[in-house]
Amino acid sequence: MALLDVKKLKIYYYTLSGIVKAVDNVTFSLEKGEVLGLAGESGCGKSTLGYGLIGLIPPPGRVAGGSIVLDGKELTKLSSEELRKVRWNEISMIFQGAMNALNPVYTVGFQLAEPLIIHKGFTKREALERAAELLEAVGLHRNMVRRYPHELSGGQKQRVVIAMSLILNPKLVIADEPTTALDVVVQAQIMNLFKKIKNEYRLSIIFITHDLSLIAEIADRVAIMYAGKIVEIGSSEQVFNNPYHPYTKGLLNSIPRIRHKEKITWIPGVPPDLRAPPPGCRFHPRCPYAMDVCRREEPEMKAVEPGHYVACWLY
Amino acid sequence: MGNEVILRVMGLKKYFPLRRTLKEILMFKKGRSVKAVDGIDFDIHRGEVFCLVGESGCGKTTTGRLVTRLIPPTSGRMLFKPSPQTLKHLPKEILVDGEYVELSSKLPKNISRLLRREIQIIFQDPFGSLNPRMKVYDILKEPLIIHGIGSTEDERRKLIFKALEEVKLTPPEEFTGRFPHMLSGGQRQRVAIARALLLGPSLIVADEPVSMLDVSIRAEILQLMIDLKEKRGLTYIFITHDLAVASYICNRIAVMYLGKIVEVAPTDEIINKTLHPYTKALLAAVPEPDPSNRFKIREVPIKGEVPSAVVIPPGCRFHPRCPYAMDVCRREEPPSIEYSPHHKVSCWLYARR
Repeated sequence: MALLDVKKLKIYYYTLSGIVKAVDNVTFSLEKGEVLGLAGESGCGKSTLGYGLIGLIPPPGRVAGGSIVLDGKELTKLSSEELRKVRWNEISMIFQGAMNALNPVYTVGFQLAEPLIIHKGFTKREALERAAELLEAVGLHRNMVRRYPHELSGGQKQRVVIAMSLILNPKLVIADEPTTALDVVVQAQIMNLFKKIKNEYRLSIIFITHDLSLIAEIADRVAIMYAGKIVEIGSSEQVFNNPYHPYTKGLLNSIPRIRHKEKITWIPGVPPDLRAPPPGCRFHPRCPYAMDVCRREEPEMKAVEPGHYVACWLY
Repeated sequence: MGNEVILRVMGLKKYFPLRRTLKEILMFKKGRSVKAVDGIDFDIHRGEVFCLVGESGCGKTTTGRLVTRLIPPTSGRMLFKPSPQTLKHLPKEILVDGEYVELSSKLPKNISRLLRREIQIIFQDPFGSLNPRMKVYDILKEPLIIHGIGSTEDERRKLIFKALEEVKLTPPEEFTGRFPHMLSGGQRQRVAIARALLLGPSLIVADEPVSMLDVSIRAEILQLMIDLKEKRGLTYIFITHDLAVASYICNRIAVMYLGKIVEVAPTDEIINKTLHPYTKALLAAVPEPDPSNRFKIREVPIKGEVPSAVVIPPGCRFHPRCPYAMDVCRREEPPSIEYSPHHKVSCWLYARR
């Protein structure tokens, strides 16, 4: 059985100027020890999906339908009290802009140890010891427990935030753009850390980013999101080497590569306003292959090869 | 790309003084400073795209701001060759060699203003660089008013519409009335580019113009910048931390580390015949969209992060992170070595001793 099963999940923001359908009918599953890369342009709903899974959707947003089943437990039906027990214990999250996610007035060690004291009833001494061990696991010195966030460099803070997400041995970690704002060299080091964690802890990770090159570095499977929907999902090899959806192709062609001199192309236009998405396929106004049916009807997810699904009328 | 040098930078330095600590005051010590740019030399030829690449804190943005004269240098020279029409308006006394202007000296206000038109900047953050309370039309009108271009509103409107069309924000009427928050990131960056173009510059400093944008929009903005360069005969100083972007748009790349240029060469050469260990590490760190990468650890041959620019390591400033560090690296700063005619590197590995 899959570790995480998301079915027809809908997350809407009920704003005064209309309902923003940030996540609309999203279905996917995730196996234990698997890394799913979630890619898309900004505003496609990928971060909202991440927040939705951990039950932290900022108001006025809320889950409007569908189900999230983690290890046999339905998360959308839980009360906030029950959800609090699941959160961090079973699912944790590495937030975007994690560099600023640390509290400047507490030591790194205390911030790391806090969930152990609260969730697991550790004494402070035990918790700090465990925090120090974990800091070593993410490649920092154990003396860092006594440091304050301002004494750390960007890469070190990112490592602390990663350690924080692992402290309660969760089954699933959601990493939301964990390397933006880091330099390339540090980014490569952090990606190596993710690879190491993935192998050592057999952890399931949902890796959210707009940068497909980073997804290729870590993900076993890739889901491409556009305007609140998953338009293509498949193994990394399938999606990168044999993309089907015109949007995926467009994204892949827009990445400049160092050793290839091909001209890069782009997808014309901008993503739609999610308060009033275009009828039919949401990508049709920007799609070079748009047909009549695309304007009228929404395409369903279809299997194009085993494990590779795409929502496009072309197939 | 001709051989006409449009900008010659020599020994350029910028130190930002730090506040003296109490201990320093009590011990009558001199205050320390952040050596953001610590003696760099480069030439820029007309019509080329020259890239400054490096990690944050290496001084690349400071260099860009020095060239645009947003901040004065601590020392060093910057000789700029203005376009012929500007040259006509400049008094002979201030010219060096008859055609260059010394940008680091204090210039009279009217001349300074003429040069501002010649060198423009595009900032990294299109969310911060546009005033949120001004409409696109007013944002673009401001430079025209300041520089006294266009005597009537009608004339200015024409110029603004033309600039918007040039950056492909068409039809212009649809965008002039909008506030920045009503634009997408890519559209905002286009407005910023239009604003830089309005004054008819010959040199544009582009400070990470695409790093805040989504990958899918990056390609579009990069292509726009290339097209505009061809059409207008512009020269760019392109500042980026992303070697993949640099290799796409640039003719020459200079790699900076802690306020120094460690390697400079034409793009192909720097990528295929990399010399400096730091450049090698930067290249190794760039992620590539190849799914087989996930099975291997990416070997980045250097450790740690960039040290602070206040306490710069002695000798070669890269030696604490360098896998090839030798004795001499710890003692002496490496000279700039001309490895081949257009390829310079500052590293003891390539010095003939």
